[in-house]
Amino acid sequence: MSTTKEKSWSPRIVAFLCNWCTYTGADLAGVSRLKSSPSVRVIRTMCSGRVDPTFVLKAFKLGADGVMIGGCHIGDCHYSEGNFKTLRRVEMLKILLDQYGIDPRRLRLEWISASEGDKYAHTTLDFEQQLRELGPLQLTE
Amino acid sequence: MITVNIDGKDIQVAEETTIVKAAESAGIWIPTMCYSELFEPYGICRLCSVEIIRGKRTRIVTACNYPLRENGLKIRTNSPVIQEIRKVLIELMLSRWPNVPVVKNMAASLGVIEPKFVSLERDEAEDACILCGMCVNICRDVVKANILGFANRGIKREVVLPYEKMNSECIVCGACAYVCPTGHIKIKSLDYERGAVADWYLGPKTAINIPTLQAVPRVPKIDEESCIKTQTGGCGICSTYCEPEAINYEDKDEEVEIEVGQILLATGFQLIDLKQMPQYGYGRLDNVYSSLEFEHMLNSTGPTGGLVKCKDGSEPRAVGIIHCIGSRDENYHKYCSRVCCMYALKFAHLVKDRTKAEVYQFYIDMRAFGKGYEEFYKRLLDEGVNMIRGKVAEIAEVHSGSDGKPYLLVKCEDTLIGKFREIALDMVILCPAIEPQFDAADVKKIFSISQSPDKFFLERHPKLDPISTMTDGVFIAGCAQGPKDIPDSVAQASAAAARMLSLISLGEVALDPVKAEVVDEYCSGCRICNNLCPYGAISFVDDKKISNINEMLCKGCGTCVAACPASAITGKGFTDMQILSEIEGLLSI
Repeated sequence: MSTTKEKSWSPRIVAFLCNWCTYTGADLAGVSRLKSSPSVRVIRTMCSGRVDPTFVLKAFKLGADGVMIGGCHIGDCHYSEGNFKTLRRVEMLKILLDQYGIDPRRLRLEWISASEGDKYAHTTLDFEQQLRELGPLQLTE
Repeated sequence: MITVNIDGKDIQVAEETTIVKAAESAGIWIPTMCYSELFEPYGICRLCSVEIIRGKRTRIVTACNYPLRENGLKIRTNSPVIQEIRKVLIELMLSRWPNVPVVKNMAASLGVIEPKFVSLERDEAEDACILCGMCVNICRDVVKANILGFANRGIKREVVLPYEKMNSECIVCGACAYVCPTGHIKIKSLDYERGAVADWYLGPKTAINIPTLQAVPRVPKIDEESCIKTQTGGCGICSTYCEPEAINYEDKDEEVEIEVGQILLATGFQLIDLKQMPQYGYGRLDNVYSSLEFEHMLNSTGPTGGLVKCKDGSEPRAVGIIHCIGSRDENYHKYCSRVCCMYALKFAHLVKDRTKAEVYQFYIDMRAFGKGYEEFYKRLLDEGVNMIRGKVAEIAEVHSGSDGKPYLLVKCEDTLIGKFREIALDMVILCPAIEPQFDAADVKKIFSISQSPDKFFLERHPKLDPISTMTDGVFIAGCAQGPKDIPDSVAQASAAAARMLSLISLGEVALDPVKAEVVDEYCSGCRICNNLCPYGAISFVDDKKISNINEMLCKGCGTCVAACPASAITGKGFTDMQILSEIEGLLSI
């Protein structure tokens, strides 16, 4: 019984992707017909720096099992340095998540450039696999 | 001006003119062996000896270094005494160097067939050094490297390098070999990096050159690395010949700032360095050419006048053209360079047309993809070109030919007959892969665009927008975007130009509406956002004690929106409300 339930369960991933790199990279993965994780639900932001930590917490609260933030590689940010700010915020957010009892591994920060369709594909698949191992996120009120 | 009399002719010349030059202007020939206009007269061969008659006194002087200073001097260049002197001189030379063409010809023109002397230092070589000193003089006076010199005296005299060794002071300009009348000094090695090049080198041979007759603009350029002037400060001969005085050695590259609204990047490609694939022998084996070198050879204004020739000047008996050198190769570039198949077929056609050689094509797959291309391929098959489907493993030089002439042995796999083959060829043409310019990553950074995995510039969309980039106003065309042939490059460049013109004719640019905005009522004036903005668009309004965003400077990244603790900044198009609703919507299923 439990095995069928496990099979039918698939993690829900909310991905905040920056418009210039990772979102385009995801587009490339699609155009190139690469297999990426179907669990990912993408939200486009202009820059990964736009991702307010509130969004991440809100996503977990509303039932996301994992959150991914995708930005340009360090030094390649379309807005010069937006991704540096993301880097700082994500590190602090992980400490906060731990305090809330959420495994920090459920939050991923990935640098994926517009040309790295294959990296987008295998990163999302890898994240999905990791979340399957972690199981569904169970929050107590 | 002064007037002198040479062989009965009155001639007006400027003061200080040498007798040789004065005679030349009068059309009188004086034999010389060590004289050149390029450097100070040396007067070592003495063949230019002439008689000068001042009143009743007669003197014998060398014409090359005797300056005319007085009126009424009489000069006899061909009197019996002078003839006798010259004969003895040339007989002495002929006895020592009997087979050197310049000596033999000079002797013949002076009426000497056999010398009456016997030399102790007789040298039978045709390219023997005749100690004229031209090389020493040009190196000292023109090149100013001053590296060649004479050693020893009398019959032991010879031209030597310091300590008889090649040293770093020699700039390998080749001036000594150029001026050597016997060919005793030779340029042996083909040194791509610097200096003089051997006769069979297919590129430009001089430091000042027009690269090809088709060059645009068609003006000569100075190659700074091999120009003598930039290396030693000597030479400068080109400027003395340029009447409009157009040569400026001081001219340097300069940076000019121009304000523009749109930029088209058409920075092109480079060819893969063939020397990293030693199995093909490029740069090591004779008669292995890159396609561009062969194209230069085929050019009717090129070094061979358009004839297909091996380095020894003979016509090749068999020519091989090898496709996909570095393209479609896991070790180098995975992509197809697209243009090689068709130019390789063109080469085969032209080789067939201009020689009787057998032509072999070594290909992986024939990709005759364009309009009329397949038809051309069919035509080539009918012309009797040998098509071998398979990769070449190695090219080796073999010396065991029946006529003693070395040939190139190409070892390859013929997948159509399923056998390994070894084919003897006289010439091999390699088709190198097209690759992005070496500095493409720097250009990418400057224009904040992206590179695809193969390092060509990334277009906005591979199918729907192959001419613009993620940066507004920056367009790409040609091989900077990916390997393509001329029709495709023209089409892409025309499209990019049209796109740019359409924006110009509009007269205004539609800006992205995504901007951040401060809601004054909520702003607490904490100034957290002030230092976050990479564009300095956020300023603090002192009298209101709140922050303000300059809409013109804001690029809409939203970093400040995410950071604002009071949620006083909203990002149009990406407000907190919008994104939170998106999250809700996405997770409701």
